[in-house]
Amino acid sequence: MNDSLLTILYLAAGVLFIRSLGGLSNQESARRGNTFGIVGMVIAVVATALGPDVDGYVVLGAGVVVGAAIGALVAARVSMEAMPQLVALLHSFVGAAAVLVGLASFLNPRPGLHGVEHVIHQSEIFIGVFVGSLTFTGSLIAFGKLQGGALKKIFLFRSAPVLLPGRHLLNLAMVLGCGYLTYRGIAEPDTGFASLLIVTAISGVLGAHLVMAIGGADMPVVVSMLNSYSGWAAAAAGFMLENDLLIITGALVGSSGAILSYIMCRAMNRSIVNVIFGGFGTGDGAKPASKGSSAGLGRDDVTELDVDGTADELKRARDVIIVPGYGMAVARAQTPIHEITQKLRAAGANVRFAIHPVAGRLPGHMNVLLAEANVPYDIVLEMDEINEDMSDTDLVLVVGANDIVNPDALEDPGSPIAGMPVLEVWHAETVVVMKRGMAAGYAGVQNPLFFKPNTRMLFGDAKKNLDAILAKL
Amino acid sequence: MRVGVVREVHPGERRVAASPESVRKLEKLGFEVMIEAGAGVAAGFVDSAYEEAGATMSDDLAEVWKADVVLKVRPPQAFPDVDTYRAHAGKHEVDLLAEGAAVISFLWPAQNPELLERLKAKKASAFAMDMVPRITRAQKMDALSSMANIAGYRAVVEAANNFGRFFTGQITAAGKVPPAKVLVIGAGVAGLAAIGAARGLGAIVRAFDTRPAVKEQVESMGAEFLELDFEEDGDGGGGYAKVMSQAFIDAEMALFRQQCDEVDIIITTALIPGKKAPLLVTKDMVERLAPGSVVVDLAAEQGGNCEVTEHGEVIVHDGVKVVGYSDFPSRMATQSSTLYANNLVHLLHDLGGAEGWDVNMDDEVIRGAIATHDGEVTYPPPKPDVPQTPHAKHASQSPKAMPQTREESAHGVDRQQDSAGLARSLVALVLAATLTGLGYFAPEGFLSHLTVFVLACFVGWQVIWNVTPALHTPLMSVTNAISGIIIVGGMLHQHAGHETSLAGILGAVAILIAMINISGGFLVTQRMLRMFRK
Repeated sequence: MNDSLLTILYLAAGVLFIRSLGGLSNQESARRGNTFGIVGMVIAVVATALGPDVDGYVVLGAGVVVGAAIGALVAARVSMEAMPQLVALLHSFVGAAAVLVGLASFLNPRPGLHGVEHVIHQSEIFIGVFVGSLTFTGSLIAFGKLQGGALKKIFLFRSAPVLLPGRHLLNLAMVLGCGYLTYRGIAEPDTGFASLLIVTAISGVLGAHLVMAIGGADMPVVVSMLNSYSGWAAAAAGFMLENDLLIITGALVGSSGAILSYIMCRAMNRSIVNVIFGGFGTGDGAKPASKGSSAGLGRDDVTELDVDGTADELKRARDVIIVPGYGMAVARAQTPIHEITQKLRAAGANVRFAIHPVAGRLPGHMNVLLAEANVPYDIVLEMDEINEDMSDTDLVLVVGANDIVNPDALEDPGSPIAGMPVLEVWHAETVVVMKRGMAAGYAGVQNPLFFKPNTRMLFGDAKKNLDAILAKL
Repeated sequence: MRVGVVREVHPGERRVAASPESVRKLEKLGFEVMIEAGAGVAAGFVDSAYEEAGATMSDDLAEVWKADVVLKVRPPQAFPDVDTYRAHAGKHEVDLLAEGAAVISFLWPAQNPELLERLKAKKASAFAMDMVPRITRAQKMDALSSMANIAGYRAVVEAANNFGRFFTGQITAAGKVPPAKVLVIGAGVAGLAAIGAARGLGAIVRAFDTRPAVKEQVESMGAEFLELDFEEDGDGGGGYAKVMSQAFIDAEMALFRQQCDEVDIIITTALIPGKKAPLLVTKDMVERLAPGSVVVDLAAEQGGNCEVTEHGEVIVHDGVKVVGYSDFPSRMATQSSTLYANNLVHLLHDLGGAEGWDVNMDDEVIRGAIATHDGEVTYPPPKPDVPQTPHAKHASQSPKAMPQTREESAHGVDRQQDSAGLARSLVALVLAATLTGLGYFAPEGFLSHLTVFVLACFVGWQVIWNVTPALHTPLMSVTNAISGIIIVGGMLHQHAGHETSLAGILGAVAILIAMINISGGFLVTQRMLRMFRK
């Protein structure tokens, strides 16, 4: 196979990748899009293998077969609640691969590069390794934070932000150090590989440090950002290997992650810089947080409802909106929710779901969980589509969500979450909030929704309560 | 502490101040409950139900009156001259109250100064449920709203009962039935409840109120809000209307007169606190209504909104039935007793329950409700600073933040935008310089790759914005899979005979993990997408 044919096949693969992302514009075309992606990938891998630069097939074949088997196993086993962790882990693989490819490229330089070309090529390697290593460790930390469980005991993986003193200066020093080592590595070829290894190490620490400082609920942004980084790492590898397919794919993935991060940030009314460099209420904002209109109110001041009452409210309501939050994923409550939805719909009620962009730990996570429970996707609506309908709704059932339904975001300009778009559930006739206790949400602010006269609180484990409600319907 | 619940002595009163449910709640608050035998029978609560809930029943009403807290519906009054109360003939209920005990009921303190004197002499703590301030926090004890809600509903039921046609329009085999048209005057709690009930029966409902602010609430209940071409806000604070100017009243009357030609049912709920009810439906308007129409006057006790209303009676005037009952809540005794009993439980909870009993005169709600305490008449309470709208639910919806803070923050935003603009132009400048430098020095090969890169970024930008937010998770996993394309980088270092070189080994590991990404990413995406179905 000659170079020109290879280029044409790469072009085909690139087009198929674009179509695979384009297919995700709606649910009907999404599966076909995925197939496009698979076909594109097969074309790219086979073409590369048959191309002029590759002739060692034993190791290659072994790597492909074992890797594919592991991947298939993981894909089949993973639970939908664990999707955020899986995505973070896969990001770290891309980062690691980019580092390895960078190191290999350095050791196995292309002949015939001189002057500026040589400098550019070497810089590409350093940049690729820098981004790759940062993605690798950052994603691992994100994975650990999302995984929780036993990992939570380890300092690095605590869900709360881990803030070292002078961390901004520390980050800056690490970036400058990497810059200097890149310069040294190119100027002094003898110690170049050593410099490259040190850059790998420093950027690894940098990636871990950056993500450590970000709290658990900001993970949607972090994961999308790492998604973006993994794309840029692939693009950098494409530059160093002079491979357009890698560049195109890297750019696609990079911009995809960037857009997702942007959407997430907008949904929290925060700037990307604010998310990257530190969590809520860390004192960096230097803005005294307002206590909100409901300061000092506690569990005694809410109107509690029991399971029977909730079931009665559901039976009575003709128009129901369910607002799921991360708590639903934690309690694995999507299955009883689906069954309740089915019963209510069979009884003639109009039941819909309202999804806030940052509900859950991954963009679109709630949609996947509801889809897993067989909830039809056409009754699962985005915040902007459904917010106006709240005032015509008889009953809103909030399951394990807090900050995304906080009226202070709109009403109290001093609130830390002021300006964040929220689901305006309090316009509905009745709101039932299912929650484990009165604990504040991630933003650490009290939620005046709980004290509104049309709000009822149903305390306890969401799954147990929903199962009990289901039994009463 | 013991709570006593007595039977209402007022003739015709069916309500009672406790339900079996509220007895349970009172016990949870630490109270011991004693109820006069037969107290709840007229409201549908038999003695055994109370006993099951844990209350002690007593045949001796004097014993019940000896409790630490006595709960009632109507204001305490003199025993009526009937056989049942022969033993207490000539006595007043307050005479039976223990010195220093508390009594909670409707009191209407402004109308009953003599009753306040009696309570004062007993050093009683008397709480008037009708004086609970109408603020957000006290809504759960707002018995007036509870009763008004029932009255509004019942008014529609009475109207339907006296109306000879369906409320809802129907097309039957026997012919077409037009829907009834209902006009509700006064959109307070009772008015809104009446709108809801009439809509529920299928009628076409119109509503009028002097306070334009309630328009949204009226429309949210599904009624049409009638408006005058006249500017005057009738909000008198505390959820009531104030007296309007003569010109306004004239315009209003003209509107009603015109409506009388169209509607079948008029429900009036207009009250002004401390004043005689305003006259809204004059005799000539009633005569304009089609025969068979119904007027329900919820203000009958305060003199009536309708000129021909007879208090407590249903009369027929020129073929129109005019309902002048004033005991609507009592006519739905089970419902009203349940809600009223709950209002009482909430108040007792706020008073600290049995253990923490504390008449805290600094508490706005308690201060508002208490009429006598410690041998003093404490009515009227000092004027609250701000009149609050009772339907805070709606009022608080508009993000009316303190304007001052708004301005300040707007100022800050300006400054931020300035610095953001500066940063943006700086970035543009650096970018331009870098590109110029690249154009000058960089080899052609690099630039062609750069072209591909930049264009691919823009393609990616366009394509990704089209992705539906519902599929963002599959988007992430599929981008994960295709970023496994980095496998190509590992493959390019696979040369026969060089498998054990460091570069070859690094490349092989890269192939392995990139392949995990590719197969894992695509397969998990496939799995997720298969779950999405209609």
